[in-house]
Amino acid sequence: MDKWEIVIGMGTCGIAAGAKETMAAIEAELARRKIKAEIIQTGCIGMCEQEVLVDIRRNGEGTVTYGRISRDRVPRLIEEHVVNNRVVAEWAICRPELEATGTEGAVVVGGAAATRGKSPAPKVDLPAGYADLIPFDQLPFLRKQKRLVLRNCGAMDPEVIDQYIARGGYEALKKALKMKPADVVAEVKLSGLRGRGGAGFPTGLKWETTANAPGTKKYVVCNADEGDPGAFMDRSVLEGDPHSVIEGMSIAACAIGADEGYIYCRAEYPLAIKRLYLAIDQATGKGFLGKNVLGTGFNFTLKIKEGAGAFVCGEETALLTSIEGNRGMPRPRPPFPAVKGLWGAPTNINNVETYANIPWIITEGGAAFAAIGTEKSKGTKVFALAGKIKNTGLAEVPMGITLREVVYDIGGGVQGDKAYKGVQIGGPAGGCLPTQLLDLPVDYESIVQAGAIMGSGGLIVLDENTCMVDLARFFLTFTQNESCGKCTPCREGTKRMLEILNKITRGEGEPEDLTRLEELGQAIRDTSLCGLGQGAPNPVLSTLRYFRHEYEAHINQKRCPAGVCTALLDYRIDAEACKGCGVCKKVCPTGAITGELKQAHVIDGEKCIKCGACIEKCKFNAIEKG
Amino acid sequence: MSQASQAGKPARIGTPRQDAALAEILGEYKHEKGALIPVLQKTQEVYGYVPREAMARISQDLKVPMSKLYGIATFYAQFHLKPRGENIIRVCQGTACHVRGGARILEAVQKELGIKPGETTPDLRFTIEPVACLGACGLSPVMMVNDDTYGRLTPEMVSEILARYARAAESA
Repeated sequence: MDKWEIVIGMGTCGIAAGAKETMAAIEAELARRKIKAEIIQTGCIGMCEQEVLVDIRRNGEGTVTYGRISRDRVPRLIEEHVVNNRVVAEWAICRPELEATGTEGAVVVGGAAATRGKSPAPKVDLPAGYADLIPFDQLPFLRKQKRLVLRNCGAMDPEVIDQYIARGGYEALKKALKMKPADVVAEVKLSGLRGRGGAGFPTGLKWETTANAPGTKKYVVCNADEGDPGAFMDRSVLEGDPHSVIEGMSIAACAIGADEGYIYCRAEYPLAIKRLYLAIDQATGKGFLGKNVLGTGFNFTLKIKEGAGAFVCGEETALLTSIEGNRGMPRPRPPFPAVKGLWGAPTNINNVETYANIPWIITEGGAAFAAIGTEKSKGTKVFALAGKIKNTGLAEVPMGITLREVVYDIGGGVQGDKAYKGVQIGGPAGGCLPTQLLDLPVDYESIVQAGAIMGSGGLIVLDENTCMVDLARFFLTFTQNESCGKCTPCREGTKRMLEILNKITRGEGEPEDLTRLEELGQAIRDTSLCGLGQGAPNPVLSTLRYFRHEYEAHINQKRCPAGVCTALLDYRIDAEACKGCGVCKKVCPTGAITGELKQAHVIDGEKCIKCGACIEKCKFNAIEKG
Repeated sequence: MSQASQAGKPARIGTPRQDAALAEILGEYKHEKGALIPVLQKTQEVYGYVPREAMARISQDLKVPMSKLYGIATFYAQFHLKPRGENIIRVCQGTACHVRGGARILEAVQKELGIKPGETTPDLRFTIEPVACLGACGLSPVMMVNDDTYGRLTPEMVSEILARYARAAESA
């Protein structure tokens, strides 16, 4: 009898798109038709735009990936693909199994490890239309990607450790345990890996400092407090491949001589936390964690600490203070955590993506890693593509790729027919880069030079309808709110900057405000205690640098060119275009629109709250704002 | 329990079952260092918020000053010192949601429930909690009701989603 397998993407993105409903519908449809099939859940492969993603295969072969499978599409999908053995071409995205295409670095998604590389002649009747599908690695979204960190995401069930092991998991730990700790550190140094949490400090150097720091008790900590709005790669890795992080941390522990570790994960990620607990239990059960790991005498226990909703805890000293059970406030460095960290002991702290790189580096060698990327930025970086971009999702690319390739070749360009305005990169401490910098190579130094930061890799695409002053104000509102209040420049300075930005977006700005913003911004950047404060002015300074004309339009002409700042907008009905259908009158929440049927309507500016409901409903494009 | 009754029965905080759960939490974490945040998190799981009396009990049992507990509870956005609704709504206000109309989703929720972020409906059914980013940016705008995440939202979808939870509360 045929063995059918149906794989559903069950990361947070998939679930948000309705994966649970889709799964229930698939179960119901299979039961109704008395078809036996194994339903498998997997993590996110990064194509958020296409969620809910469903893979179907028979006897382990002929896998077809379908996108946007909502519950109502399920009956036809099962009937066509499973019953009639025919690909539903309009929903199919690709065939994930690699044929002879063999693109270097491409990793098979969907199939088991056996489908890696060239497939032998299939043993089953492939569904009709299968040959016309694009192979996975030839999809425009994936062609320029290089998936090291995301190697397992979406390719296995993250809740089953055996699947991780079948894909080569924990081999790197075994190898590291046979090496001298100093050699492990040397390998990581050779790789050139730099911290993926934002600052880009060389990881090997950090490990070496911790290893050489005096003290017998040492800790390994994973910063999984991914607080940057717009970044979600760490969540995806934790949900889709938790063992790679655990393995990376274990290797770090054996290299620096630690026997205890913590993963500090934000509480807003319940699924990631659940899968981490499960993964730690399974790894302990198999002897990869705990006392006397794999009989080598190495001890390493790992605990999870749930964050409690404070952005500043992503700063390493604040994070450690929080693990100790206090208000998570940063302290001056030095001493660095590598010398004096958790409870005063030398502590190595890296972020999720950094640790997830480690098993690959140990298995393939530091030199292989260093062969990818640019002179100073090695390896790959995972970017979270979001905002006004067609293909939202996660893209892992070699360092040095240009922004244009990321935004257009991988991301498919701007959504709809709007004009591209720029990208916001690096989260609340990052900056906005305009159109003329599209050919900027993506590496730590180039991005900093352009006035932004790599940060954790959030990349938000902005179009002509994004107001840069409003965006700067959005970030300042966030950082001001999250400022812990310990140091004056950040506590008071961000508040003053926000007041000025509010004033400008209300149409009350004065020309001198721009100089005030710049002076304040410089001072806050130079004198704040931690990265939160030092980075906070960046969104304002970078938009002032590249989009000054938008600030000036708000101040001098009391106009918001993008049509976002409501206080500066007026809604008008074009009497020529208005057919008098009355739809706008009905939808207006404040009764600001009047007019007889089949006569041109008018908006009362006094009553109008500028909610925009009328514009959306008008079928004749008769309402203008500006 | 018996020990407590000998020393004068402690004042009731919530239901007997909730109070017993708190006693168990305190026993579990008594000797663990750095445990105040998990203790407060578990206390909140039990009562739905952190009652002042519960904080007093924690202070007494774990021998930490009340001021320190209050300091922690007010530092982290997760802790609530007032009762909250049965259903917690978090409308994502992250960057991706911001540029894709997250504010209008929040407006729709506010309009539907007649409360502002941080407030609870008088019938204690719904609380709107501010949240910075839910990390489902690929499907923005996004909101969470309890542990359920909803993506690709439009303001029109809000009332239907909220009605599900109102109905669930009625049938329960």
